[in-house]
Amino acid sequence: MPTMTLAKALNAGLRKAMEEDPKVLMMGEDVGKLGGVFRVTDGLQKDFGEDRVIDTPLAESGILGTAIGLAMRGYRPICEIQFDGFVYPAYDQIVSQLAKMHYRSQGKIRLPVVVRIPFGGGIGAVEHHSESPEAYFAHTAGLKVVACSNPADGYTMIQQAIRSDDPIIFFEPKRRYWEKAEVAEAPDDDWYPLHRSRTVAAGTDCTVVAYGPMVKTALEAAAAAHGERSLEVIDLRTLSPLDLDPVYESVSRTHRLVVVHEAPGNLGLGSEIAARVTERCFYDLEAPVLRVAGYDTPYPPARLEEEYLPDLDRVLDAVDRSFAF
Amino acid sequence: MGEMADGELVQLLTPEGELTEHPEYALSLTSDEYRDLYRDLVMVRRIDAEATALQRQGELGIWASLLGQEAAQVGAGRAMRQQDMAFPTYREHGVGYCRGVDPLRALGLFRGVDLGAWDPREHNFHLYTIVIGAQCLHATGYAMGIARDGKVGGDDGEAVIAFLGDGATSQGDVNEAFIFASVFAAPVVFFCQNNQYAISEPLERQTRIPLYKRAAGFGFPGVRVDGNDVLATLAVTRKALDDARAGQGPTFIEAYTYRMGAHTTSDDPTRYRIASEVEAWKLKDPIARLKSFLIRHEHADPEFFAGVESEADELAAYVRSGCLAMPEPAHSTLFDHVYAEGSAEIDAQRASFTRYQASFADGGVR
Repeated sequence: MPTMTLAKALNAGLRKAMEEDPKVLMMGEDVGKLGGVFRVTDGLQKDFGEDRVIDTPLAESGILGTAIGLAMRGYRPICEIQFDGFVYPAYDQIVSQLAKMHYRSQGKIRLPVVVRIPFGGGIGAVEHHSESPEAYFAHTAGLKVVACSNPADGYTMIQQAIRSDDPIIFFEPKRRYWEKAEVAEAPDDDWYPLHRSRTVAAGTDCTVVAYGPMVKTALEAAAAAHGERSLEVIDLRTLSPLDLDPVYESVSRTHRLVVVHEAPGNLGLGSEIAARVTERCFYDLEAPVLRVAGYDTPYPPARLEEEYLPDLDRVLDAVDRSFAF
Repeated sequence: MGEMADGELVQLLTPEGELTEHPEYALSLTSDEYRDLYRDLVMVRRIDAEATALQRQGELGIWASLLGQEAAQVGAGRAMRQQDMAFPTYREHGVGYCRGVDPLRALGLFRGVDLGAWDPREHNFHLYTIVIGAQCLHATGYAMGIARDGKVGGDDGEAVIAFLGDGATSQGDVNEAFIFASVFAAPVVFFCQNNQYAISEPLERQTRIPLYKRAAGFGFPGVRVDGNDVLATLAVTRKALDDARAGQGPTFIEAYTYRMGAHTTSDDPTRYRIASEVEAWKLKDPIARLKSFLIRHEHADPEFFAGVESEADELAAYVRSGCLAMPEPAHSTLFDHVYAEGSAEIDAQRASFTRYQASFADGGVR
């Protein structure tokens, strides 16, 4: 397969899933003729028809609630939430219905629904278009939550999410939509499971865990530190359930851990990871687990987002602080 | 509560038990069919009374009584064809009975031994939904699936009926369901039991116009039916379901009724409504009016009524003994079915929990 952008890779993955299974539906606002505001669903309605690529009324709870009903009828709906900040009207349907139905029914109802959410900042957008709400969903039993960071993962992970019989919240780093990379056809379904993290840069001095848009930032930090310090970068990929075995193993060698995400630090994924690593790797650690995160403010005006968002320098600053302990 | 103008309410059986005619809704039943409806009403009321008693004796955590709403539920439940799917609230014990769901399944939820985990496909009766109105979207999505399966407009048509109350009409999800159902012409009937109260809040806190008139704004028909008249409810719901199966899209039915009891056993209705209002509605009782009709027109004799009573006694005894005999859920089932495809994290927590319980001298066995 050729080099392509993340948006194109997701589009190709969606197309393949729809070709393979006639029960797969795409639904959301502007996903049809327009192809979505980020063009991730470009051309799908033309090829699969209005019954399978559904331009819905402008109502997020309605999208999720009807997707649940369609799943009860045997369909596999993929919901596109146009922007991160617009998922909250659907929150009740996701948390109280989608997440709990399998448990409530003792396994009699499966809801294979994928909720795609472009997330994160860095695109100079207006309010509600740059948020990172992943912790709200990772906190909810019954949901599985993943975040892709690059075109190759986007292509395979979206297909794996659609094939899953569990509801999946699928976060797409919107500021990386236009970045290109090689995309390869997976040799088979299980060549790299959806709920597994991945070491994307080997290192020996400090472990850096990131996901979604921050993986690239972490890799750039590792490159910048090269020659001075050797950073091991792990792309978390799965936010719930967490796959921390590679992190524990890495920390047992590097003895230091920095977790990076755009979402506010307070009770974010980094807090949970810090707690678990402390429980598992207490005697391996040379310094406390440090978090590099968005500040505990509302997402700021675009002219301030450079200050708000973690970047290469803040990652390296945290690494320095870890070594200063 | 404003008085209704003449002609707004579809009624086929007056509170006094006399048949009346309606230009759009005719219903002609055999004596057997009339008697069956009566039997349904009595059985449903008896299940409800027994469950209320069980709650008072501490055997159920809570119970949501349907007292007074039997005709609305039996009329709707018996209007459904086998292939139709129901999406209930948490009060549709009467509809569940009509669908053939064992009443003990609902009791499991209120006793706290499960979350109401019957198989929705077994009787085409979905799980109870406690969050108000959420099920209306599920029903609409399910109906959109029916349309995609090509099961509308032909002999094998299917329809969905979503149950809701007057309070639910204020919920965003319900209004979004109306919009989705309308624009996609989904084969769904919204069956609203307007029992006049959302816990303590009277209808005037939810609406300034009769609820059935809201449907016009969404672009589909709205009908108000006497919800204490099982014949009218049956006729109106049958027509709406037929229309849905035929591909004519949704209908909103407002079954005008009254919640004779409390919202649930935790509620005290004397704090917010006056006794004379309840007394006035007693005169419109759904069972009494059908009984008067059956007697006056000689559709049933005293033996029939005695037979129904003894059948109800048996059912009540079954409900009581079945409730008391429900097994306690095993501790480790706490971790079952969180995910369809499992989770290593949940597995680890289950193992940790099991070790913890085993650390007690009695092995943690209740």
